[in-house]
Amino acid sequence: MGTLLFFLLGLLCVGSVLGMILSRNQAHNALLLVLSFASLGGLFGLLDAPFIAAVQIIIYAGAIMVLFIFVIMMVNLKEGIRPERKVWTIRLSAGLAVFLLIELGLAVKGTLASIRGEAGPAIGSPTELGRLLFTDYLYPFEITSILIIAALVGAIVLVKKKKDER
Amino acid sequence: MIPVSYFFGLSLLLFALGIIAFFIKRDLITMFMAVEVMLNAANLAFISLAKASGSLSGQVIVFFIITVAAAEAAIGLAIILLVFRQKKTIKVEEFRLMKG
Amino acid sequence: MDILIIVIKIVCALVWFLTLTLYLTWLERKESAVIQDRIGANRANIFGLRLIGLFQPFADAIKMIFKEDFVPPFASKFLHTLAPFLSFFFVAVTIAAVPFGDRLEIGGRHINLQILDLNAGLLFILAMLSLGIYGIIISGWASRNRFTLLGSMRGAAQLISYEVALGLSLIGVIMVYPSLRLQSIVAFQGENLLGWIPKWGIFLQPFGFLVFFFAALAETKRVPFDLPEGESEIIGFFTEYGGLKWGLFMMTDFMEIIVVSCLVTTLFFGGWQVPWMSADGFHFPWGGTWLLPHGIVVLFQLLAFNLKVFFFCWLQILIRWTYPRFRYDQLMDLGWKVLIPLSLINIIGTGIVMGILK
Repeated sequence: MGTLLFFLLGLLCVGSVLGMILSRNQAHNALLLVLSFASLGGLFGLLDAPFIAAVQIIIYAGAIMVLFIFVIMMVNLKEGIRPERKVWTIRLSAGLAVFLLIELGLAVKGTLASIRGEAGPAIGSPTELGRLLFTDYLYPFEITSILIIAALVGAIVLVKKKKDER
Repeated sequence: MIPVSYFFGLSLLLFALGIIAFFIKRDLITMFMAVEVMLNAANLAFISLAKASGSLSGQVIVFFIITVAAAEAAIGLAIILLVFRQKKTIKVEEFRLMKG
Repeated sequence: MDILIIVIKIVCALVWFLTLTLYLTWLERKESAVIQDRIGANRANIFGLRLIGLFQPFADAIKMIFKEDFVPPFASKFLHTLAPFLSFFFVAVTIAAVPFGDRLEIGGRHINLQILDLNAGLLFILAMLSLGIYGIIISGWASRNRFTLLGSMRGAAQLISYEVALGLSLIGVIMVYPSLRLQSIVAFQGENLLGWIPKWGIFLQPFGFLVFFFAALAETKRVPFDLPEGESEIIGFFTEYGGLKWGLFMMTDFMEIIVVSCLVTTLFFGGWQVPWMSADGFHFPWGGTWLLPHGIVVLFQLLAFNLKVFFFCWLQILIRWTYPRFRYDQLMDLGWKVLIPLSLINIIGTGIVMGILK
């Protein structure tokens, strides 16, 4: 059951990202990405992280991607922009991707080998996660809140039209 | 029980796809989306690491990544919007300010 | 057997949900008629039996089903068809986490009167409601019409702004009832304050309730907040829809009313709790007891839940037909400059009070 669900969600996730690479239409891209993020939320649920799964869906699929679509609507291009056709960029990107894939794969293999055996049950219930956030990670948590305020004010200042500029 | 290595494999695949999308696409918004894909691949890796090691720190870090990604998306999209207002386009080749 | 019980629960909940939706359309027509001194829909009949128009929803449904299913030639066909189903699905799925009653015991079996007893049930409902925004965005965008695009942009901006206030207003609730599981939240509200006031959310979190209710009203996109729809200026995200697909959008609206009522009831008005009633019957604060068998108690709980939900549905329709709508800047001001600061103050105040009482 769990394995089936994993393959289903994984396929959905990878497939929609592939679709995003192949499609030219920005709005379709954004919607495919929403699908991919939502299925990632399901995968987080499979990994015993219900709180992060909900956060992923609420913030990533429900807020960040809405912002993207909002900007796409504002920009509202008539025809899609074709993907890069130059051969060398495609080759470069594929090469880079494969290189990184191998490197990361080796790194992950090492990591997995080193931590094997001490796995205990760790269900990311909201209570546990909240306790950790407000004790061990209190400092980063506060810094994040400052970061968000700065981003909020920054975004408003950036996009706001000046009065004399019309 | 699904082996954690499956999730790692998926996250690596997603990361590679994100890189390819970033290089192939030519409009700023989709390139930005490709960055988000890579961030999510990293999130998946962190959460599977949390599962494998039995500690919740990985999940806390993902929480931070998501909040920072929200801030980053807001700022990034504001910049894209600003660029669009000035240049009336979001194709990357049109921006050659540094070329003189 | 377990699977059978789950299937029965899903069927019952969905039948309840859809019937209530149908009859809310009737209630809306009748209530608006009373407010405007009219009679309202009363012509639909079966063999001359009119019953104050109670058959009207069925007549409407039949009419809607047999209308032409038209997709504008300039629209993008797939997305245009997908949008109403998306918005319907994400609202319909929220009913899974709503607790209708306590455990029912039949033949030694405990049946939880809730489809999905999730640990983070509240977050589940919020997540599904936040995904519902895609129905609006896709419908407006896929219609390829400037007015629908305007409507969906307004809708996206409004829903995102009010979602912040909605989420923040619930933080106070979560602080008071230390759980995200809806059944635990309801169970907590069964206790009494000072021995006689039921410990309902409205008494513990009055400001939280106010903010939540206004933000939730905005999330339903109905009249004081109906800018995405704009009935009077036809800048609606579903302008290009007709027939059954339009009907799905309409039903989504009414279902959102019900979901909001369920949430308000569950979080602030004790859910299925009847005042002073516990699992074995009533224990009145003035010292009397009235013991009841288990089945009757569960029946009382279901009745109490339904009564509260009906009341809030009625209240929302009353608000919809009483108030004129906001201007766009007023809407944004209310969301960002009133509701969000109020909810932040509420969080701080709750924290201070809880710290003092500890």
